[in-house]
Amino acid sequence: MTDRSERLGSNRLAHVVLVLGSLVMMFPFLWQLKMAFSSQAEIQAIPPDLLPKGLEWSNFSEVFQRLPFLRQFWVSVAVTTGRTVGQLVLCSLAGYAFARMAFRFKAVMLALILSILMVPSQVYLIPQYQLVQRLGWLDSIQGIIAPGIFSAFGTFLMMQFFKTIPVELEEASRLDGCNPWQTFWKVVLPVAKPGLVSLAIITVLTSWADLLWPLVVTSSPEQMPLAVGLATLSGYEGSISPGVMMAAALMAMAPILILFVVLQRRVVEGIAFSGLK
Amino acid sequence: MRKADGKWPWVFVLPTFLGVLVFYLWPLVKTLYDSFTESGPFGGATWVGAANYSQLIGDSEVYRAILNTVVYTAIVLLGIPIAVLFASLLNRPGLKGAMIYRTLFFLPYVAMPTAISLVWRIIYNSDYGALNQALKAIGIDGPSWITEPWFALIAVALLGLWLVIGFNMIVLSAGLKGIPAELYEAASLDGASRTQQFRSITVPLLTPSIFFLSVITTIAGFQLFDQLFALLGPANPVMPKTQSLVFLFYDAAFVGNERGYAAAVAVLILVVVGLLTLFQFRLQRRWVNYD
Repeated sequence: MTDRSERLGSNRLAHVVLVLGSLVMMFPFLWQLKMAFSSQAEIQAIPPDLLPKGLEWSNFSEVFQRLPFLRQFWVSVAVTTGRTVGQLVLCSLAGYAFARMAFRFKAVMLALILSILMVPSQVYLIPQYQLVQRLGWLDSIQGIIAPGIFSAFGTFLMMQFFKTIPVELEEASRLDGCNPWQTFWKVVLPVAKPGLVSLAIITVLTSWADLLWPLVVTSSPEQMPLAVGLATLSGYEGSISPGVMMAAALMAMAPILILFVVLQRRVVEGIAFSGLK
Repeated sequence: MRKADGKWPWVFVLPTFLGVLVFYLWPLVKTLYDSFTESGPFGGATWVGAANYSQLIGDSEVYRAILNTVVYTAIVLLGIPIAVLFASLLNRPGLKGAMIYRTLFFLPYVAMPTAISLVWRIIYNSDYGALNQALKAIGIDGPSWITEPWFALIAVALLGLWLVIGFNMIVLSAGLKGIPAELYEAASLDGASRTQQFRSITVPLLTPSIFFLSVITTIAGFQLFDQLFALLGPANPVMPKTQSLVFLFYDAAFVGNERGYAAAVAVLILVVVGLLTLFQFRLQRRWVNYD
């Protein structure tokens, strides 16, 4: 039995360690915020000031002059939406069949789909590129979306989720004369919301940040998502001032960070659920 | 097995199955095949047998990339013990503000790596960067982080470490919640100190989560690309000495246009990741408790 005072004492130490840790974790964000509102001279001042002298809004307006920021932002939104909606529909359909239906080749198909989880994505990259090239989709939004609407991980996640739903609802719906298609849309999906939210969160996070695939399929800045647009800025401090870069990075991250803070519990549950199959 | 459900399952399964077949299973087979060919200047490919693989074995850049990837992964693996420390502090009963701490630790994981890399690049700047300024304040002359090969690699690894800690903490928190409180109560009745409880209850019962994280971290570590590309920049002269296997692959496939050789590098990544995963599963019997 630890007495109260000892526990408070050790919790005080815990707070000290946690505060120091969170400061290290937060520093790059705070520094980014500071630099986004600083002039070039302030950023390069030695020693640096912890707070900006004034608010330098010009960094933000310059982002729109120097980069096709709005266009790239739109590409990111379109790609993220397309991939997420596509995965939700396709993975939940397939996951449902694997969880609930009996059909020929089921085991073989499931094994084949799951086998791609074992393989690093680079192995698929060149042939995927050639496929998209043949479809005439290089440098286009649908080209960035194409392979990413099919997901072994999402199919597995939804399958595991549907297995946890009681069968009675579907039985009742079947007795009412609904076919499996109607049952799925009317009865099953509404109950599957937590699973769908998990999958949506993970897909949104990964699509928004995805670099390698969009980097290889796009070539013109207007067709790049933000992740690619920003990554290609690295090493150009000479031509674009650090303050402008910080403002661009801040605006690119803001939607995801806001989404996370609003949906925090769901995000954490979703990631824990997917991480601990 | 009930009787088959007729045509309906196909309506549900085929879109995903065909998509996986076309965009994943076929590419897998094709990459394996391509690794034995050489792409011509006008498309087309000629069979060259194991030539790409012998080139791979003789390529000093490949060994350097493997070494870099190992060093990177080793540093990012430190994120597991660090996260064990923070997660176990966070999960103390009666700790105020746990939710706020959790949010702060987790933010890096949801930030865009490519965007936050730009921030780190300026923090690492050797003249006016915050890191070297801080080092200078305590009397250390900081290195030039972005242009010295080993320092650049360590810079990328520290960024990778920072990115992953929040994720590790979520996985470990789920593991910590699964440890029955009675165990701790019994231990403190027996007079075990906080440290002893941590050593003999917390750590052993967390081994499944720790194992899962070490597998995931290793697989991800060997696929290092985004942070490296975004922090150092692809045109950085330091790249040949700091590149990862995936960067080598990207460079061969899409910059140098050596598709056959790049396919062989991709197969190498597949084999290395596969072997490491197998090795870790072999090793787990010795230290992971599943009872």
